Amino acid sequence: MMQLTAWAVLLPLIAGFVLLFARMGGLRLQRSLNLLVVLGLVFMSIEMVKLSLTGVHQVYLAGNWIAPFGIVFVLDQLSALMVLITSLLALGALWYAIATKYDKQGSHFHVLFQLQLFGLNGAFLTGDVFNLFVFFEVLLLASYGLLLHGGGRLRTKAGLHYVVINLIGSTLFLFAVGALYGAVGTLNIADMAAKISVAPAEDLGLIAAAGLLLLVVFGVKAAMFPLYLWLPNAYAQTSAPVAALFAIMTKVGIYSIIRVHGTIFGEQAGDLASFYTPWVLGLGLITLLLAAFGVMAARGLREQVAYLVLASVATLLIGVGLNSPQALAATLYYLIHSTLIAGGMFLLADIISRGRGVHEDRFEPAPIIPNAILIGSVFMFGAVAMTGMPPLSGFFGKVLILAAALENSWFFAILAVVLVASLLMIIAMARAGSLLFYRTQPVDVLPGEPLNVAALGAVIGLLAISPILVIFANPVTAYTELVSIQVFDNATYIEAVLSTPATQRVE
Amino acid sequence: MEWLIAILIGVMTSAGVYLTLRARTFPVVLGLTLLAYAVNVFLFAMGRLTIGQPAVIDAAAAGYADPLPQALVLTAIVIAFGMTAFLIVLALKARGEMGNDHVDGLHLADDERLPEQISSHNNQEAKS
Repeated sequence: MMQLTAWAVLLPLIAGFVLLFARMGGLRLQRSLNLLVVLGLVFMSIEMVKLSLTGVHQVYLAGNWIAPFGIVFVLDQLSALMVLITSLLALGALWYAIATKYDKQGSHFHVLFQLQLFGLNGAFLTGDVFNLFVFFEVLLLASYGLLLHGGGRLRTKAGLHYVVINLIGSTLFLFAVGALYGAVGTLNIADMAAKISVAPAEDLGLIAAAGLLLLVVFGVKAAMFPLYLWLPNAYAQTSAPVAALFAIMTKVGIYSIIRVHGTIFGEQAGDLASFYTPWVLGLGLITLLLAAFGVMAARGLREQVAYLVLASVATLLIGVGLNSPQALAATLYYLIHSTLIAGGMFLLADIISRGRGVHEDRFEPAPIIPNAILIGSVFMFGAVAMTGMPPLSGFFGKVLILAAALENSWFFAILAVVLVASLLMIIAMARAGSLLFYRTQPVDVLPGEPLNVAALGAVIGLLAISPILVIFANPVTAYTELVSIQVFDNATYIEAVLSTPATQRVE
Repeated sequence: MEWLIAILIGVMTSAGVYLTLRARTFPVVLGLTLLAYAVNVFLFAMGRLTIGQPAVIDAAAAGYADPLPQALVLTAIVIAFGMTAFLIVLALKARGEMGNDHVDGLHLADDERLPEQISSHNNQEAKS
């Protein structure tokens, strides 16, 4: 079953090319093909999760070159989980894009969508730092196209900032990778971890500097303070399905910190073991506070949801910064929740915006939207989940992270920041909800479009993950604990990657 | 030779950073290009500086140049080239849609005005 790892990367790439040619067959063909492929990816990632639960690392040697020399793809429980989240989110976003005919607004939406998935899956499955850079570029290039899809002045402006900041990030990535290669002479993550553990003392400073530079790069992707300024504008200005899909993009940064830093600066790294975690924890706390202020100050619903994404990323950074298997398990639970809920909230904001006509999503009194009671209930459900109030999954995620923080010497700072930020977010969301649904002006003619039921289906589908995570909280936390134990078991990872033999040719 | 390469990378990086911090799109594009050059030379240098050594297996060779950074630089050049081309097109699009080439769009803090008003304003600015 080695091939499953490679297929999860190859299928979106092939689908992207096929969709490019399917354009001649019309939009309907492209839509059904894309939907089919995304559904296939969902089933494939479920299979991958099942396969990863055996606890064995599935290593795929590209071109049959053994580990430190060739490029490897590694499927473990963490990457299987990330691929599963990606394909579920992609299904919701694609469904919404088709239901609202958003893909009609420009050409190549479906092609870019699949290439984006190609980059994401590749980044989650690769076991090589330089290959991670290449997949980052693939997913970024596709995201540039998707971000600008549909056009518009403000979107172009936000897109320009997004592209420039990510190009700077790519340059820094190469500097960091180059410095690491210069110091340890390898690019394979497992081999790098093994080499760093025996590195001479005079090289440690260079390795630490390169590691922190790499943290800056992943911080740009994850929108960590002070590198988050691009996020709210880009997410608020792009279209809803793309913003929903981008909810996973910040998690690529989180994943990369867990995978790369967690592996090469794991407990075997001697003096450098976990030297980066205080940075992640401290910057996470600052990000969370600033994100809560941003949620308070937002002028429109989409901007507010963008800041909520930032807050969820900050919470994840705190979880990663705590650096214990228990904290990582809580972080992964929160990651499943926050990615899918944030995607759903972006789509919901678009539905509300469409219903309000010229007022769009701005926080100002406007005529009542069609089906206000139904949409309002969904909004309240999403707001409760997003801000982390009981009884939905956001609350459990935060409680688990705080419980894992009990041992930490910064516990009271973490407790204070998380609680204050949650309070600010609850106030802001309550204000947003009352403004959007209560302070309405009576009119004879409804201003916006009628409710698109199929589009709302996508929102409800994504938000449904929250009650599922609560009802099945026990098996899900057991699963995330299993994942985090495997992530912390670096020795097995290194052993698995470096000892995989090349397959023999069958004569 | 090491100090020459080090100074070269340093000068290109600082020039790139300076240009990237400019307010108009064209210097930013140039700055990013310079940064890409700097990082390419840096990647090369990370394979250690050698002269006259083959990179592929040669029975007569006394030693080898590290071939991996060369492959990395090749990839990095291709990616940087594609990204620069994309950025130039995007900068042109932004110039066309916003009426000026400021990275932050309008420098008059008025984001909601129509493009005609902006171009008339720019004309007035040019006259005065």
